[in-house]
Amino acid sequence: MRNFVSKRAEEIPPSGIRKFFDLVLTMEDVISLGVGEPDFRTPWNICESSIYSIEQGTTSYTSNKGLQTLRDALSRYLAQHYNLRYSADYEMIITTGVSEGLDIAVRSIVDPGDEVLIAQPSYVSYSPCVTLAGGKPVPVRCTEKDHFKLNPDALAEKITGKSKALIINFPNNPTGGVMTESDLKAIADIVIDNDLLLISDEVYAELTYETKHCATATVSDLWERTITLNGFSKAYAMTGWRIGYLCAPQELLEAALKIHQYIMLCAPVMGQVGAVEALRSAEEEKNSMVNEYRLRRNMFIAGLNRIGLPCHVPEGAFYAFPSVKKTGLSDVEFAERLLKEQRVAVVPGSVFGAGGEDHLRCAYAVSRKDLNTALQRMDEFIKTL
Amino acid sequence: MDEKDLELLRILEENSRLSAEEIATMTSLTASDVAARVCALESAQVIKGYSTVINWEKAGNGEVSAIIELKVSPERDYGYDRIAERLSRFRQVKTLRLMTGTYDLQLLVTGKNMQEVSRFVSEHVAPMDRIRETATHIIMKSYKENGNTLFEQKEPERLPISP
Repeated sequence: MRNFVSKRAEEIPPSGIRKFFDLVLTMEDVISLGVGEPDFRTPWNICESSIYSIEQGTTSYTSNKGLQTLRDALSRYLAQHYNLRYSADYEMIITTGVSEGLDIAVRSIVDPGDEVLIAQPSYVSYSPCVTLAGGKPVPVRCTEKDHFKLNPDALAEKITGKSKALIINFPNNPTGGVMTESDLKAIADIVIDNDLLLISDEVYAELTYETKHCATATVSDLWERTITLNGFSKAYAMTGWRIGYLCAPQELLEAALKIHQYIMLCAPVMGQVGAVEALRSAEEEKNSMVNEYRLRRNMFIAGLNRIGLPCHVPEGAFYAFPSVKKTGLSDVEFAERLLKEQRVAVVPGSVFGAGGEDHLRCAYAVSRKDLNTALQRMDEFIKTL
Repeated sequence: MDEKDLELLRILEENSRLSAEEIATMTSLTASDVAARVCALESAQVIKGYSTVINWEKAGNGEVSAIIELKVSPERDYGYDRIAERLSRFRQVKTLRLMTGTYDLQLLVTGKNMQEVSRFVSEHVAPMDRIRETATHIIMKSYKENGNTLFEQKEPERLPISP
């Protein structure tokens, strides 16, 4: 029999997280700081409205772009909260999570051989998505010295004649880094000078603790060359609902929509109904979750620094990204031994690409009690080194 | 009262057993600052006390609770205040509120058993001057108290690690 697996599929490296995942499953009493999702349940009013709509028989396809009511509500929400202007009719697609949004965004702009710059450390799927679309991922390293912001010089250095686009994600998974308006302006100059397109994944936009999130497309003249990706997973604790959205100028949107209609048709309708309710009436629940993350962050970061894992203060998302350099172990060794010896699961930073080595991603989206126990166990572990 | 005080109150309302040190690391205050603020809030009687939410049904002491509604004729110059203050002195009255609607005052009363609650209502509350009518509702089961659900909820399953 022939080998049926395509070269493209073969070329993508397996997820570095997989090994840990399998190991954790074999162990008991593990505190996992490795989960990239909220520990809260979806606010009940959102669940209730979705349940009701199912009872009413709302179980069909929606239009490719998604429910009109959801797009209208989103268009208003983005304008009001981020001064971000997108037409509900021409510039917005509801996607099956940001994952799909990312995939169709990349596929709609990348030709074989195109280079796509990726600010790293980054979410694990950016690079494979670019590879699958036939492009070449080019990592741009963000460093602790810059508080994991994208450094304009580091970006400029990586630009070649083949560069087509840049993917950024702020507030950032895995570092918790954010970009302010002035940070983004410096990037905007380079993006515009080099005629690049920008894909901005802003799924953690609602989770900032010091300053309000600045939407990339509102900076300088970036709007016309930006694809904004966002979704409901993180802000409203709706990861399993798989509802995201892609916003872009009409010409770009039409291209992404063609791919979306063939590969996905539409996002699940029950999820879309829940998302409408999230925008309508879950503001307070969202704020109280954000507030709880803030308290946990302060507590956890203080704890990490106390036990000898230096960590910058992450201003967004729900991840701490401490350095393990002082311990003399690599991030992978540290994470493996911490799991085996003290039953705390964290994700080695190198999984997230350039700039992640020697760091750990610790999600603080777990109860304060578990965070405290995890800190105690990590302290014990470090003392044995 | 500033934003930090409000934050302290929200934290304590959810769990009053946290130590000043624990609250300090969450709020980026020092432990002594937290203690001083809590002390000031206690003196100003913004913080009225600390209690524990208990599922008495599970503790199995057989206590009975009832909601008692009262129609009251208000007094000239005092309205409902004087009678409400008198009622609130009874140990059995755990909560007392003035309400809009058919009845005026609403009491949450607890007692060792049904007899004790009904004796309290008929002997002490109903005969009071200015009380025109009472309605007693025995609480059969409590599902949620002060924001805490009292029924068992299964922890939703999460992946142990996810990107």
